[in-house]
Amino acid sequence: MTSLLIAALVLIVLGLAYQQGAARSRALAGAGRLHSRPRYHGALVALWAAVPLLFVLALWGLVSGALEDWYIQPVVQANVASGDSLATALQRVQGLASGFGVSGQPAPWEIDAAQTLRAFQRQLQFSAIALGAILAIGGLLIARRRVSARLRARNHVEAAVRAALILCSVIAIFTTLGIVLSLLFETLRFFSFVSPAEFFFGTVWQPGYASTGSEATGGYGMVPLLVGTLMIASIAMLVAIPVGLMTAIWLTQYASRRVRTLLKPMIEILAGIPTIVYGFFALVTVGPFLSDLGDVIGLNITATSALTAGLVMGIMIIPFVSSLSDDIIRQVPSAMRDGSLGLGATKSETIRMVIFPAALPGIVGAILLAVSRAIGETMIVVLAAGNAPILRFNPFEATSSFTVTIVAALTGDSDFASPQSLVAFALGLTLFVLTLMLNIGALAVVRRYREQYE
Amino acid sequence: MSAPSLDPEAQANSLRRAQVRRSLTRRNRAEARFRALGMVSALAALGFVAILFGNILSRGIPAFWQYSAVLNVTFDPAVVRVPERPVQGADQSDADYQTALLGWQRRFSMVNWNTLISRAVLDAAPAGVTADQRAVLSVIDSGARFVLRDLVLQDPSLIGQTVPVRLLASADADNWAKGKLDRSLPDERQQLSRPARDLIDAMTTQGSLQRSFAWHLFTNVDSRASPASAGLAGAFVGSLYMMLVVILASVPIGVSSAIYLEEFAPRNRFTDVIEVNINNLAAVPSIVFGLLGAAVFINLFRLPLSAPLVGGLVLTLMTLPTIIIATRSALRAVPPSLRQAALGIGASRTQMVFHHVLPVTYPGILTASILGVAQALGETAPLLLIGMNAFVANIPATPLEQSAALPVQIYLWQGNENRNFFEARTFAAIIVLLALMISLNALAIWLRGRLERKA
Repeated sequence: MTSLLIAALVLIVLGLAYQQGAARSRALAGAGRLHSRPRYHGALVALWAAVPLLFVLALWGLVSGALEDWYIQPVVQANVASGDSLATALQRVQGLASGFGVSGQPAPWEIDAAQTLRAFQRQLQFSAIALGAILAIGGLLIARRRVSARLRARNHVEAAVRAALILCSVIAIFTTLGIVLSLLFETLRFFSFVSPAEFFFGTVWQPGYASTGSEATGGYGMVPLLVGTLMIASIAMLVAIPVGLMTAIWLTQYASRRVRTLLKPMIEILAGIPTIVYGFFALVTVGPFLSDLGDVIGLNITATSALTAGLVMGIMIIPFVSSLSDDIIRQVPSAMRDGSLGLGATKSETIRMVIFPAALPGIVGAILLAVSRAIGETMIVVLAAGNAPILRFNPFEATSSFTVTIVAALTGDSDFASPQSLVAFALGLTLFVLTLMLNIGALAVVRRYREQYE
Repeated sequence: MSAPSLDPEAQANSLRRAQVRRSLTRRNRAEARFRALGMVSALAALGFVAILFGNILSRGIPAFWQYSAVLNVTFDPAVVRVPERPVQGADQSDADYQTALLGWQRRFSMVNWNTLISRAVLDAAPAGVTADQRAVLSVIDSGARFVLRDLVLQDPSLIGQTVPVRLLASADADNWAKGKLDRSLPDERQQLSRPARDLIDAMTTQGSLQRSFAWHLFTNVDSRASPASAGLAGAFVGSLYMMLVVILASVPIGVSSAIYLEEFAPRNRFTDVIEVNINNLAAVPSIVFGLLGAAVFINLFRLPLSAPLVGGLVLTLMTLPTIIIATRSALRAVPPSLRQAALGIGASRTQMVFHHVLPVTYPGILTASILGVAQALGETAPLLLIGMNAFVANIPATPLEQSAALPVQIYLWQGNENRNFFEARTFAAIIVLLALMISLNALAIWLRGRLERKA
């Protein structure tokens, strides 16, 4: 109800201010030429009125809850019995004040407190709206007085638009900053439990239970996870690089235009499928199949293993490698290709000895990007790798990775402030730095390559 | 006299020719091999698509049909004994009334609905089949009693009447009737008792237990107690809320950001930083965004766990780079002549962008936004970290309530202990998710075609 009223208030102020500004400038238009059109004058007046109003309302929305708590807490604290919880009592009073009521008969002091709280809430709300309205009307009047034929209203409005655009662009920076700061902060909290040396170089991953504030027990060495992550990523790249690259070469160099336009989007379907789908496919289809295959050829392959996860992840990355290499191969100047063919080289010789070396830096960049994706991939590994954080190098057995351990740490029952949960952020930071380095390297390689031919 | 000794030059020539021919054959063979290798790779990639979809469809589609029976249930007044619905008194607070109402509803839950169900099943079963109540009840989904309860809650006049009601077979019964359980196992290793199995067989041959389309998959919420009636409605609404948040937040912010960077930003260190930032954000693993959500939205801002609003915000941050990059390339594709023409007739820079350049890029922006949303729809990992893996058995009314999401529902179902039943069901949920994503992509392609023709 209140929020509807407030929305209506804002809309009314906006409309009124716009109309005032536009009407006033139109009235002036008879006297001489206006610098800006009436609608810019209207928009400017509306901005002057709405910005302070919205600012006050936002401030009220942010702090009103805390203010109310601060106001009523002493009253509740004075009355609540020593054994009872303060939070419950506060909640009861707030329930009474909101008009919803509480179960059972409320105590007289509770009703009194609720009434005081309600009065305070009303005052707060009234003063916020009144202050907002005064500022809005003030802004409207000031802006309206400033309307004149020479006022550069359009320039002001455009400056405001530009400021809003900049604000939106800065969100990207804030996101990165938020990621880095939150990861760093929680990682430092984690390092107060476990020493960085043990975390980065320890070879045992076996976090024991620890309640909040107590010492960490068990091993927090990330080496087994790193080995698992790299093993799965390598298997994935062993699948994705040859298939993806050969597909790209065949599609760009050999396939007819019709085949190409038909096949390319079909292969790219693989890139759009959610990873949870791949994970489940790996778990119920690929894993058992590989395990049966292992029985036939006399190898012991567990159904959830590094091989299963890596193989399916490789399939997922094929279109990534193929479409990136596709673009890069087509950027190689056709003069080089024609020259080689003219000297009598066959098509495959041209590709292997001329096109591929020329495109190599770009392809390396693409592969680095693909590796970074493979390292950060989560759901396939969660479902298909078996979550066994043991240091071993056998791809046919269950393993674990950074991402699996992050998910396990934050979806378990342990408290957020305990080392078992906080370790997720230390792993996340390692993962973030690892992928960041790969991405920066890849972008640098690709950029240099692009400059070479442009 | 022999010919070769006569002309050494001809001899050398023919030798060379033979050598060239040999090398040509070898080179051509290498060419053919290379070409075949390329084709095999492309076909392998295609084969993976085919295997993946074939597997999902063949295993998921049967789950859209489930066994159920239309039973004549008699609401015997001797069994259904409930008081009148409480009325809110003048001096009763809302909270008190709600407590009373809940107490009244609890009385309904205490009615022995199972008696009614087992009577109705035995009525429908062929004559001569006998089974104790336990066996009979193991055939019908345990959610059936809530179906009956809700019927009477809605219309108390049903008490005393006999009404046909469609009730679902239990998960075990469905598995048995579909032949997914091994019939050769001895009694003690079967999930269903012998009388129950006989009852199912008798009822399926008689036709009273038959397959029908599982509409409840779309209308019910998730359920642990009665797996056969678990559905996707809650997850669907949760995902819908998240996508609304993503569209409302990421499209305006992303497009504005792209406009600034492409049209207004001066080339300086500040804009370089933004640019490098966006490119890196696009490649940050999605799970890192989940960590950001857990640390900032949940732990710092104290936003509710497993709420679609929080999930939507996390996914917004994740989709922003995609939308920014796509919008920038759409803006870059606008010919400079358009800009020069607008500036030439006296438009300001802002007017040029918003009146002339932007309208041309609408198809591109629209496509990019839909593709970004489709990508966000399938994302799972970040949602797990903000608590959306919790079991939620209701449809969220607001984006601030606890909720599931489609991909997370898939994750939850694949972990269900009743593997035999939930495997097919998980594939069914995957089909629903993929169908949604494919329709979004198709919509993007169709809209682009339509808008580009107009423009």
